[in-house]
Amino acid sequence: MKTVKISIIGFGAVGQGVARSLLDKRDYLNKQGIDIRVVGISDSKGSEINAAGIDLESALLRKKQKGTVATGAESALEVIRSVEHDIVVEVTPTNIDNGKPGFGNMRAAFEAGRHVVTSNKGPLALRFAELKEAAEDNGLFFRYEATVGGAVPIFNLVHEALAGNTVIGIEGILNGTTNYILTRMTEERMPYELVLREAQELGIAETDPTYDVEGIDSACKLVIIANSIFGQDATYHDVDVTGITKITPEALELANRNNYVVKLVCEAGNKLTVAPRLVPKRHPLAVGGTLNVASILTDLAGRITISGKGAGSIETASSVLSDILYIARNS
Amino acid sequence: MCIVGVMIVSMTLELKDIPGQLVLALAPISELHGNIMSVVHQHDEKTPRGTIPVQITFEIEHRVLNELIEMLEKSGVGVARVGEERLRSSVSVILIGHIVHSDMGDTIDKIDSTGFAEVVDMSLSMPEVEKTSSAYLVINAVGERELIKALAILRGVANKKDLLMIEPIRLNSGGT
Repeated sequence: MKTVKISIIGFGAVGQGVARSLLDKRDYLNKQGIDIRVVGISDSKGSEINAAGIDLESALLRKKQKGTVATGAESALEVIRSVEHDIVVEVTPTNIDNGKPGFGNMRAAFEAGRHVVTSNKGPLALRFAELKEAAEDNGLFFRYEATVGGAVPIFNLVHEALAGNTVIGIEGILNGTTNYILTRMTEERMPYELVLREAQELGIAETDPTYDVEGIDSACKLVIIANSIFGQDATYHDVDVTGITKITPEALELANRNNYVVKLVCEAGNKLTVAPRLVPKRHPLAVGGTLNVASILTDLAGRITISGKGAGSIETASSVLSDILYIARNS
Repeated sequence: MCIVGVMIVSMTLELKDIPGQLVLALAPISELHGNIMSVVHQHDEKTPRGTIPVQITFEIEHRVLNELIEMLEKSGVGVARVGEERLRSSVSVILIGHIVHSDMGDTIDKIDSTGFAEVVDMSLSMPEVEKTSSAYLVINAVGERELIKALAILRGVANKKDLLMIEPIRLNSGGT
């Protein structure tokens, strides 16, 4: 049995999803000879630390009842630096203005000789090259499948399954909220404001929907793709972004009558663009609801398209878990 | 809608199999201010007359076309076929904004006056006078490159008139 010790930094929807998946998958992992032991969990109020392995069931319950997982006052950085473990699972919320606290957490992890698995877009959309270099300099893994497309394995697909291919271009729908809004506007012929309110009531859109509807979230994900797959050193300021707030039900109806749907499409190739686009109804990119999709054009394999759930606690945890297992098997 | 004096012509010329013939064929087009768009020169293919066929496509003012044919024939270049090129490439776009107030006629003219592209279909949907309206346009052009040029022109117009322009996927990313 190979024991891999991890910390979970950030215990919101994704962090709890990771804990839940580890509980559900314990037997499955043990059968594969892997024992994932969580030795530290941090949220904004403090931490729980246990070198012998935290009882995840009671950690989840405590979070639910008290609003925090903390049993002590140790900060995330203290856990990362001083608790002995192999992988830091950095799942704090995305901050696109300065990447904090994720960037500092990741850098501290690499300095302490720990691999990083993350779902946090902010640091990668702002300072990808620095993080990649820090990982490489220390001979450590830096995995971030969950940052783009939720459960959809874009980076694994390109870096592992399509190894040897040169990627020519990628197009995708990488934001479930805007896809839901555009789908509902088309189906119900309702104006943007009304559908947005509905999405907010359903918890699909945030109270402040700016990041999603102005295309900023999509732009961040596109930048991570550009950096990871095209080896660029871009930040989200390099993306030409147009959001969906000006789209009218009449425009969607006109598109529909001519066999198109309108989608907020991310394009990576020569340029980085996020903009509403006309997509033929039968095209693989024309996925509805909150689905995400990525279509990858390569020199050998041609076009490969994958779609799936772009958000959600357990769905995102699926990508995080996959990265943890990759490191567990390869380190 | 294309009522301007510029037309796109495709010609099949027959050149003698001696050096310098291609330049001889292209010179009069430039002389008459034509704009050469493509030249397909198949050196290994010969006509029964022993000449080499060349396909050329160019824009030229309608009124000088006959003059051009005369000039070519006088210089010994055979003109086997002359045809007006139909618009081969097509793209759909949607515009959203105060389209009616922004003089749609002018927007369409900007495309039609290129000579290589034109707006062949348009539907407009306006809910209320003070609200933004939406338009669906189909633009045809003689080829992909010209279509991209036409879209760039429309993008400029949309930008200036504060219209949101929704383009189809895969025109910018080099996809197939």
